[in-house]
Amino acid sequence: MTKDNQVLEDITSKEYEHGWATDLEADESPKGLSEDTVRFISSRKQEPEWLLEWRLKAYRNWLKMTEPKWPNVKYPKINYQDIIYYSAPKKKTGPSSLDEVDPELIKTFEKLGISLTEQKRLSGIAVDAVIDSVSVATTFKEKLGELGIIFCSFSEAVREHPELIKKYLGSVVPMNDNYFAALNSAVFSDGSFCYIPKGVRCPMELSTYFRINAANTGQFERTLIVAEEGSYVSYLEGCTAPMRDENQLHAAVVELYAMKDAEIKYSTVQNWYPGDKNGKGGIYNFVTKRGLCAGDHSKISWTQVETGSAITWKYPSCVLKGDYSMGEFYSVAVTNNYQQADTGTKMTHIGKNTRSRIVSKGISAGKSQNSYRGQVHIMKRATNSRNFSQCDSLLMGDQCGAHTFPYIDVENNTAKVEHEATTSKIGEDQIFYCLQRGIDEEAAVALIVNGYAKEVLNQLPMEFAVEAQKLLALTLEGSVG
Amino acid sequence: MLTVKNLRAKIGEKQILNGIDLQVNAGEVHAIMGPNGSGKSTLASVLAGREDYEVTEGNVQFLGKDLLELEPDKRACEGIFLAFQYPVEIPGVSTVNFMKTALNKIREYRGMSPLDAVAFLQLMKEKMKLVEIDQSLLSRSLNEGFSGGEKKRNEIFQMAMLEPKLAILDETDSGLDIDALRIVANGVNKLRSKNNATILVTHYQRLLEYIVPDFVHVLYKGRIVKSGGKELALELEAKGYDWIKNELAIA
Repeated sequence: MTKDNQVLEDITSKEYEHGWATDLEADESPKGLSEDTVRFISSRKQEPEWLLEWRLKAYRNWLKMTEPKWPNVKYPKINYQDIIYYSAPKKKTGPSSLDEVDPELIKTFEKLGISLTEQKRLSGIAVDAVIDSVSVATTFKEKLGELGIIFCSFSEAVREHPELIKKYLGSVVPMNDNYFAALNSAVFSDGSFCYIPKGVRCPMELSTYFRINAANTGQFERTLIVAEEGSYVSYLEGCTAPMRDENQLHAAVVELYAMKDAEIKYSTVQNWYPGDKNGKGGIYNFVTKRGLCAGDHSKISWTQVETGSAITWKYPSCVLKGDYSMGEFYSVAVTNNYQQADTGTKMTHIGKNTRSRIVSKGISAGKSQNSYRGQVHIMKRATNSRNFSQCDSLLMGDQCGAHTFPYIDVENNTAKVEHEATTSKIGEDQIFYCLQRGIDEEAAVALIVNGYAKEVLNQLPMEFAVEAQKLLALTLEGSVG
Repeated sequence: MLTVKNLRAKIGEKQILNGIDLQVNAGEVHAIMGPNGSGKSTLASVLAGREDYEVTEGNVQFLGKDLLELEPDKRACEGIFLAFQYPVEIPGVSTVNFMKTALNKIREYRGMSPLDAVAFLQLMKEKMKLVEIDQSLLSRSLNEGFSGGEKKRNEIFQMAMLEPKLAILDETDSGLDIDALRIVANGVNKLRSKNNATILVTHYQRLLEYIVPDFVHVLYKGRIVKSGGKELALELEAKGYDWIKNELAIA
């Protein structure tokens, strides 16, 4: 075994740092999925009749659908009857201040380095914390309220703003869009809702931290962001999850709706438990994320740093309906050990003079498989549309794989579509150059990888970028080959 | 400072260094010359700790430590600097960021606290002047799209920043025009002190017009076959390497 391979072995033995479980009493639905489960969830959440009907319709659709087989990932068959679909922390009434929050939860956040009070005081981020599907703390709400911004849990939005939910739920990702979106539509437990009124620029980054907590609980989040004409919002989503032996299913849906001249920036740092170094355990992350640029001159920008999950199946997309609308996708996807990622984006150009930009940076290490899958579709009416795609892959070691599946469909001959792709390896020369300057091997890899991913990391809000850099370094420590 | 005894090294099955003996003291500048393939760059690489080479025999003492026992990054922290013949590109990493990381790693190794942003910037400004390098170059991705001269000047800038005890310059003069050569040489000369030492690895005598060595060694077939003062370089220039080869053939 060469030294580099030894180093490779060493890093693959890095255990997941956030691996622990919080001892909270959970209020759970019985295992399994049926119409009764859907009714249980809906009644537990005291939902109106129309929403129950919507869920049931989604459930019936789901029954007729089959799991997608086209992604370049392999996993054992999921037993949907062996999953708990609803679990809520015991506390029934919401806390009015942090003092009322379950101390166990506060400890959870502290382990993650997310102290709500500190966040409030230092960074001015309003945090809507989701633990096991129910929002437990929402901050800064009043300040946002003064501007007419709504930022609350999905359940609360259903109670307080039913007209908005009724209007926009499923408007970007229809309930029968795909297998996992249908599943989510039937059993979604909670999530976030965000509404920015006309002409308002949201003065702070809105942020939600997700956690998967109780054992065997599927996490079915639902996020809906609506930006009215001329408004702007930047939304951050960050995840960590405790260590588990059994695979956990995570099937979220995120819908973004941007009116004329509105802009939504959505950033994710995803760090779900990836499984151990032998590929045991880890999260299955099957997510549907889509944004609709409904109005002219609207803009939606996705930025993601994906380091976790055993399996990632995720294509944050933009439907560019409004003329002159713009979609962006910036992604860093890291896979290590036995992780599998099939991720990318879809840019659908419908309006005239629409533009899209795709920058994807894949990093594969260990025995992992990393695929970029992207579609650029220029429709008939989309004259003078433009797309630029850049897909880079970086390989570490000789046992991993990088794959690129670009699909380009052009139905309008005035369109300009550019695609660039590169594959490279971290060179021994680069490592030696760093070593010779006194930089140890782990720091060297971190430096080189962060340099490689810089274009994407630069898109993240400052405090998130720092977190993401650390995460990249942590995920890849020492994996040189 | 540096004592090399009977150093032998190979790459794969090919023996390249066949017993090098070399003594370098603080305050000295040594030039190592020799025809292509004589093992000059190998010697530089072995001293810096490049893994491609296997040391088969001999030992190297550096400031009282067994150099060959140290990992390459630890050698750098101990004060060995190699100016690369072919500096490596690192996309997305600026020279500034690279130097900040390196300098603080070395400080950490020596039990010093990291330099804060202000102190680092101050140091950088001072060293930039020394090697006549422009800040815009330092903000760009390391060596990416740099001209040959810019790369070499950047190496000397890094050397100025890290203030090594022993600097090894591997063919730093190759590919430089006369102006760039002068700037690089000026930088090296300004950094010379009684506390540090320099090994210049070069093929041509040209560099030695600007950086005057105390000793000149001729390397041939992996051995130092002739040593002398700076005049040896001139003699070599006048007579060519064949002179050495013939002399050896006769002996």
